[in-house]
Amino acid sequence: MRLDKPGQIDRSQALRFTFDGREYGGFQGDTLASALIANDVRVVGRSFKYHRPRGVFSAGSEEPNALVTIGQGAASEPNLRATTTELCEGLVAQSQNRWPSLEYDLLALNDLFAPFLGAGFYYKTFMWPAKFWERLYEPMIRRAAGLGALSGAPNADHYEKAYAHCDVLVIGAGPAGLMAALAAGRAGLDVILADEDVRTGGRLNAETVEVDGRPGADWAQAVTDDLYAMGNVRIMTRTTVTGAYDGGTYGALERLSPDVAARTGAPRECFWRIAARRTILAAGALERPVAFQNNDRPGVMMAGALRAYVNRWAVSPGKTVTVFGNNDDAHRTAADLLAAGVHVAALIDARPEASTDLPVRFYAGAQVTNAHGRGGLEAISIATLSGIDKVQTDCLAMSGGWNPTLHLTCHMNGRPDWSPALAAFVPRDGAVPGLVAAGACRGDFSTHACLSGGLEAARAVIRELGKRARKIDLPQAEDAPYRISPLWAVPGKGRAWLDFQNDVTVKDVKLAATENYSSVEHMKRYTTQGMAPDQGKNSNVNALAVLADATGRGIPETGTTTYRPPFVPVPIAAMGAGAQGAGFAPQRFTTSHQVSVDMGAPMIEAGLWYRPSYFPREGEKTWRQSCDREVGMVRRAVGVCDVSTLGKIDVQGPDAPAFLDFLYTNMFSSLKVGRTRYGLMLREDGHVMDDGTTARLGEHHFLMTTTTAAAGQVMKHMEFVHQCLVPQMDVSFISVTEQWAQFAVAGPKSREVLNGILDDPIDDDGFPFMACGPVSVMGVAGRLFRISFSGEHAYEVAVPARYGESLFRLLVQRAEELDGGAYGMEALNVLRIEKGFITHSEIHGRTTAFDIGMERMVSAKKDCIGKAMAARPGLSGPEREQLVGLVPTGAVKKLTAGAHLFDAGAAPVRENDQGYITSVGFSPTLGHFLGLGFLKDGRARHGEEIRMVDHVRQIETTCQVVDPVFFDPEGGRARG
Amino acid sequence: MRIPCPLCGSRDIREFDYMGHAQALDRPEPEAGAQAWDDYVHNRDNPAGPTRDLWFHGLGCGAWLVVDRDTVSHEITAAALARDVKGGAA
Amino acid sequence: MAELVAKSPCAGLLPISEGGVTVSEVDPGPITAIAPFRGKEKTLNTALTRAHGLGWPAPGQSDAAGDARIQWFGHSHALLMGVAPKASLANHAALTDQGDAWAVVRIDGKGARDVLARLTPLDLRPAAFPVGATARSELQHMQAAITRVGRDAFQVMVFRSMAQTLVHDLQVALRAVAARG
Repeated sequence: MRLDKPGQIDRSQALRFTFDGREYGGFQGDTLASALIANDVRVVGRSFKYHRPRGVFSAGSEEPNALVTIGQGAASEPNLRATTTELCEGLVAQSQNRWPSLEYDLLALNDLFAPFLGAGFYYKTFMWPAKFWERLYEPMIRRAAGLGALSGAPNADHYEKAYAHCDVLVIGAGPAGLMAALAAGRAGLDVILADEDVRTGGRLNAETVEVDGRPGADWAQAVTDDLYAMGNVRIMTRTTVTGAYDGGTYGALERLSPDVAARTGAPRECFWRIAARRTILAAGALERPVAFQNNDRPGVMMAGALRAYVNRWAVSPGKTVTVFGNNDDAHRTAADLLAAGVHVAALIDARPEASTDLPVRFYAGAQVTNAHGRGGLEAISIATLSGIDKVQTDCLAMSGGWNPTLHLTCHMNGRPDWSPALAAFVPRDGAVPGLVAAGACRGDFSTHACLSGGLEAARAVIRELGKRARKIDLPQAEDAPYRISPLWAVPGKGRAWLDFQNDVTVKDVKLAATENYSSVEHMKRYTTQGMAPDQGKNSNVNALAVLADATGRGIPETGTTTYRPPFVPVPIAAMGAGAQGAGFAPQRFTTSHQVSVDMGAPMIEAGLWYRPSYFPREGEKTWRQSCDREVGMVRRAVGVCDVSTLGKIDVQGPDAPAFLDFLYTNMFSSLKVGRTRYGLMLREDGHVMDDGTTARLGEHHFLMTTTTAAAGQVMKHMEFVHQCLVPQMDVSFISVTEQWAQFAVAGPKSREVLNGILDDPIDDDGFPFMACGPVSVMGVAGRLFRISFSGEHAYEVAVPARYGESLFRLLVQRAEELDGGAYGMEALNVLRIEKGFITHSEIHGRTTAFDIGMERMVSAKKDCIGKAMAARPGLSGPEREQLVGLVPTGAVKKLTAGAHLFDAGAAPVRENDQGYITSVGFSPTLGHFLGLGFLKDGRARHGEEIRMVDHVRQIETTCQVVDPVFFDPEGGRARG
Repeated sequence: MRIPCPLCGSRDIREFDYMGHAQALDRPEPEAGAQAWDDYVHNRDNPAGPTRDLWFHGLGCGAWLVVDRDTVSHEITAAALARDVKGGAA
Repeated sequence: MAELVAKSPCAGLLPISEGGVTVSEVDPGPITAIAPFRGKEKTLNTALTRAHGLGWPAPGQSDAAGDARIQWFGHSHALLMGVAPKASLANHAALTDQGDAWAVVRIDGKGARDVLARLTPLDLRPAAFPVGATARSELQHMQAAITRVGRDAFQVMVFRSMAQTLVHDLQVALRAVAARG
């Protein structure tokens, strides 16, 4: 119900929302949880395993019960905490884990079977027979257990990732964080103040404490206004710092306010990576429940949360409230309730020595032993010295004490220390380099201690960063001592919940201990305690205390489980933001891309590049028809192909020849200026890395090419060789891949095409095979290389990229006039297979120069990368699989890449494997399929029959082993 | 994680590629023998504690760095240009 | 006779504008990569200063004199932009034409830094990255060179072939920043 007091809601802005299809009202400033409470909605979800009805439990991101699905259809998001979901006009929320409805859930039957569903149940029950697991047990369990479900449709919502940098990151904007930010900001440091709430103030918004004589929330607002005015303090509300990482890097998830997120192009959430020189953790503390029978009934909630609902949102979850605790906060809760005009039926303090002046029915040294009321709390049983009292109540606020929110201090393998005085773990100094904890997360619980702790932490950081702290007066505030007597679980029968989200009870933890899962990490996995989306924020310390008790060890000896990021769930969509669709990876387009697309060419991806597969012409129905035509065109007339994607590296300097000699297996120092040479490059382990042609443009100037796929890898390798192995060499290199648009012009009529565009025509004498040099292309300074990847008389002509599209158009047009035209990757591949030229299909990382028949290219005159290791035994010889050609000779005429080779009579099993096929293509020139592959001792086996078996596609072909050069083995066509 | 590039300053780990131990700088002579080459190319210690390895600032300045790093605490104590470490600096 | 027609890397893609931030293509003029030969750093510096009024830039620095600009470009290179290099520089350094290799854009407006914060891990706070500062870094998934050319203005260079992706990624960031208002 809504209380008749102001709170921090704006009653002038009424909002409508629906929950499970029913319409309700709330106000600006409400959370979904506070609005549901205002509307007396008590049951908000069903529990994970037993499907028990559950109500709102907390008022923050630690909420275990009130998980809902927000939105509809593709954009719906499951498992959102109602306690941190801002209410907005038209919000659509659904409860989860119930069928057919929240009130009547068939799987609530699980609750009746609870005695059988304890810890380790699945492990014990479904062990046998093994095959039933996948088919029967797992689907069954998955349907019965679980929280919300994804829609299954692609989510069109926008997510974002971003980077931020600061001198000081302050995590948490409660009294400690505000003071820290104020001091650091005044000292002139760049500050980021992050808080997961929609407003700054932290607990000051939830309590009735005063700071400097005014309401805490007002003080917080005034400080916040100061911070905004500074300019060097960036306040990030709605932002949860989720993880601490090496080098002062923090992850943070920002939820945008609903009105901003609704705008076009706006993200719903943003995942920040924040680099901070220093960090002040002022994350506060989390209140912990007390375990007693049926403590999960709707209406049982945390005392601090109840104060937040009453004070901040002016709602009360009950008309007749009881309060149970083991510390002074229980009294504070009762006082706030009374001040707000809510009836307090009883105040129960577990401490025998406790007393109160409050006008309430008071029990000292008593404990709540049971909560009654199936659909929601109706009464509680209280064990007193004189017996059991039953008190009618519809809401019980409980406080088992406070746990400092020290999670981030443990993200880099740190462990917290146990404080007997606080009955809680406190962070260990220095656990995260550059991070200091201040305020409640350090165990300083009074408002005064938080304010002064924040200020002190900031002063230390200011000094470390070499700045001068300005004088700041510490505001006046209460400094009440924290008095607590530990109480983890009330003894008694029945199930008492520890982990509400994963349905883990005291019994389960005791059972784990009995069955010798006595290490806290084993207990966690056996019972699943702390493994739900809330990661045990409410239950970890309680569970290990129960475990410590059950095993007869102390809490410090029992220790904690490992705290890991993220502190709150982070959607994968936010972490990978921007990397869907066109943002997945850069798309690299050649200068001829648009022309090729306009010609109808389908594009295939080659690394990041897009290249045309083929250029279909009228009447061609299949890619093969186009490909066959294009191959024939090149062999008979002339073809044009964009080869700009090959890596081009400009190598200069007096030591350039020596450097290339070291990089490649063969010699480049002996190459004449104006000539081009094929080169082979090894990795240091002796296997082939890449190949390509290198042109000598000047005495100390080379232009080397790499394959399209390996361009980046080769560049990195060259930088390594130069900087790490031979830095004394005077050589420099830079990629010019993007500078030049380069086109292959291949075929008998290639020179005819070129002489139409070159300002000075070329002939065979002036420009023989493997020549290179500068040319003038219609007035533009270009380069020409007489090299061939097709085996035909061919050239590659390059112009600065700005002219690429224009030159491609002209070349294609001229080629078409000569009965030729553009050709794509398919034809390029067939042409090179016909010639036995290798690509990365053959030099796939496991082949040596010997394997591909190029061992003679490893020069004996000099050292080179990979030479020593290539000489190892086992990297050459008849046992090696060697490059061969294969042609079908039997009834089946098809070859497939990836198929394996077997001797004619041998069974096609792994033990008999003789090799495999790497490349295949149908050769229109020769009229049948061709294959390149690797065969054991293959070079000695030319002429042999061999069986190709494709186990995947169920194809068997009888082949003959032949030389890998199928067409024009003498190479006369390229020279002619 | 951040690496202090001697040229670019402190940079996010995503700009770097990892290569392995800095012993890759000490390439044996061609005739050093099989064991020396095997050690150079393949064999690496796996220390828990201080180590020295090579990182490539590929998305930054393109320099190869020798980085002193603790595999337990993840602390980075030094980063230098490989070409300087190798002693062939221009 | 026909002529070769020049096309700029971002032709047809720019300008775009959203929420007061504009991305436009820059014609950088000639771009030449300069890599000093071993031991020639000093003479190169002198020759550069004499030829173009600009010295060799320190790491992360750029400078301008008249039409000529020089921009540090990684561990071994600087880019001379806006003017053709004097031929004599080739005595001291390797010169490589890069005038067609890069898509060059300028991001202008109050939110320019916020836009880039969505795309690059660089620290672009004014104190860490003042006007004239330049860096090689990552822009979404691309290798980029980012230079601050004004209080609220940055020059961004990526490979020419990635111009379309650059504009796409900037467009997304521009919209998201504008939507926050």
